[in-house]
Amino acid sequence: MGMNDILTLITALLIAWSCSLLGCFLVLRKVVMVGDAISHSVLPGIVIAYLISTKFDSIFILIGAAVFGVFTTFIIDFFHKKLKLQEDASIGITFTWLFALGVILIALFTDGNADLDQDCVLFGELGTSFLDKIIYEGRVYGTRSMLMILPVFIIVILFVIFGFKGLQIMSFHEEYAKSKGINISFWHYTFMSLVSITTVMSFESVGAILVVGLLVIPPATAYLLVTKLPSMLFVSCIVSSIACFLGYYLSFKLDVSLSSMIIVTAGIMFVIALIIKKISSNLQVKSNIK
Amino acid sequence: MIEGITYFFTDPIAQKVILGIAIIGAVSGIVGTFSFLRKKTLIADAISHSVLPGICLGFMFVGTKDPIVLMAGALVIGWISVWLIDYLSSSTKLSEDTAIALVSTLFFAIGSVLLSVISKSQNAEQTGLKNFLFGKAATMTTFDIQVFTVTSIVIILIVIVFFKPFQLVCFNNEFAKSIGVKVKFIEFLLSTLTVMTVAIGIQAVGVVLMSALLIAPAASARYWTNRLSIMVVLAALFGMFSSVIGVMLSTMKNNMPTGPWIVFALFTFTLLTLLFAPKKGWFSIKRRNNSNQKKITEENLLKTFYQLKEDGNSEVSFHDFLEKRAVDTHSLERDLKRMVKNGFLTKKNKTFTLTESGKTEAARILRSHRLWELYLTKRMNFKEDHIHGTAETIEHLITPEIEQQLLKELDFPRSDPHNKEIPY
Repeated sequence: MGMNDILTLITALLIAWSCSLLGCFLVLRKVVMVGDAISHSVLPGIVIAYLISTKFDSIFILIGAAVFGVFTTFIIDFFHKKLKLQEDASIGITFTWLFALGVILIALFTDGNADLDQDCVLFGELGTSFLDKIIYEGRVYGTRSMLMILPVFIIVILFVIFGFKGLQIMSFHEEYAKSKGINISFWHYTFMSLVSITTVMSFESVGAILVVGLLVIPPATAYLLVTKLPSMLFVSCIVSSIACFLGYYLSFKLDVSLSSMIIVTAGIMFVIALIIKKISSNLQVKSNIK
Repeated sequence: MIEGITYFFTDPIAQKVILGIAIIGAVSGIVGTFSFLRKKTLIADAISHSVLPGICLGFMFVGTKDPIVLMAGALVIGWISVWLIDYLSSSTKLSEDTAIALVSTLFFAIGSVLLSVISKSQNAEQTGLKNFLFGKAATMTTFDIQVFTVTSIVIILIVIVFFKPFQLVCFNNEFAKSIGVKVKFIEFLLSTLTVMTVAIGIQAVGVVLMSALLIAPAASARYWTNRLSIMVVLAALFGMFSSVIGVMLSTMKNNMPTGPWIVFALFTFTLLTLLFAPKKGWFSIKRRNNSNQKKITEENLLKTFYQLKEDGNSEVSFHDFLEKRAVDTHSLERDLKRMVKNGFLTKKNKTFTLTESGKTEAARILRSHRLWELYLTKRMNFKEDHIHGTAETIEHLITPEIEQQLLKELDFPRSDPHNKEIPY
């Protein structure tokens, strides 16, 4: 394993861990589709940020793009509550429109530019991310994608550790949390902003659609297997780590798109977990009957 | 721009594209209506993401972009995705939205792995396969359009034949079950129609954005009508119209994907509908609420006038009013001014008096109020101190017919439970 492999793997792992930690709460709160919508809707924000700064560097503009994600939840609420459109249709219309807007902006304003094209939007460029190294005085400090996701990862970890009580109570018993005087909308929008930032920062590596895979498949797998929240967070990270290693190996062997292969591997693990769960619950039913 | 539009109606290739996209738009509108009413539009989104591996497998199987094979592939995989979502959300503890997101991204990832496998092969035809991501209407061949036409006719026939059961399943699933409709079969049929529509739509709109074409026309149509049959027709027209506009927009620049432009046109149209539609649009609801509010305020003010008159003041100053009703000065001034204009009041030296029509109207409101109070105590056994609140609300809703019935029921009473006279 050379340095490029290690750098790519670290990037993949940081993205996967950030996503699978946040994803657990999305799954528990049953707002996965809002997460899905956000990951699509940040596209116009990213494109605008990209057009202004011409390079992906400016962190502040990317934060601006993340605001677009929170803005999405506002638009969905506006359609649903003010214009009285049913909720599923509000989600469906909002994110397809914003995503379409992003693709149109790309097609109109970034002629033949290799950095941001339609393929990158969908699949990301994790496999070639090692080409863009940050080198200072002859020493390699990491790749650009890696250094972009690292602060997000740290924020996510801190958020989960220090906000654990709040997140937990909100995920399992929203009404109770309200009665305790916990500010639900504060937690909701902070959490959604974090999902939004994570999506934006992982976007360049894994693309808009596959990031949803990382947000939902490892947590769903963990949710099937364990019942306690801390163990769910842990198992979810384990699943996504295995998916990264195995996916990396397989994509190298089969010479296919890396980010897609990571999702497919996670999917295979989900199916295995599902089968184990079914068999064990069948056995339990049988022994109960005896 | 005008050159561009005339080009669409003269150039044979462009005409072909327009025809194809019109068919796709119309069928999506029709089928989308049922997904929309069953609140299953996000499943439609999952289906459109999921058919990608189906198309890739179809292509790998025959090595050409034969629309029939690609459609068959899409159909099989689409079915599997619907079944899987259903299974995951009903037989595991995962919620439906988790199941939808999981299946759609997983299938999409499998599709993109297959795409990268195909792009390694030396097949010259594979380059066009990526058009299925964001759609490219210009690549439709005459044979494609023939296939679309046949498929659309089949879909429309199925909708016509099964219209009644579809309607039942959409609006009242339990009732449908109880009168012996095979709900499982009908739901299967509806999913199949969705998968078929996605399969023909993706070439023009792409797997990523196809769901918008299913959702948006139906959502718009819902704001124009309450009848399913009309809604289906409207959705078809809206879908057709927006897709054609979208394709025209996409020709502004060479080599543009069509899907995003179609979605853009659809969204604009839907947003306009939601805001401006008669009766159900945002503005007309606002307007209706406002005029209701105005009417209620007026009626309350007239009533206050009448009560003050009963107490012996026939000329009422602005300040008497403020004491009697808790309203702010500014809005009271405005309301009184309007009522003078309507001819309910006259103003002389800063005092107001009721006109004849004002008196009749005020008496009517007070009569309704007091009749209702009497009705509640006499017939419903309410206590006297519990009746004022409901009467305050209901007095604005009582029509002359209801008033007559109340009068008859209570045998034209003289006074209300609080011993106030009922004015006639």
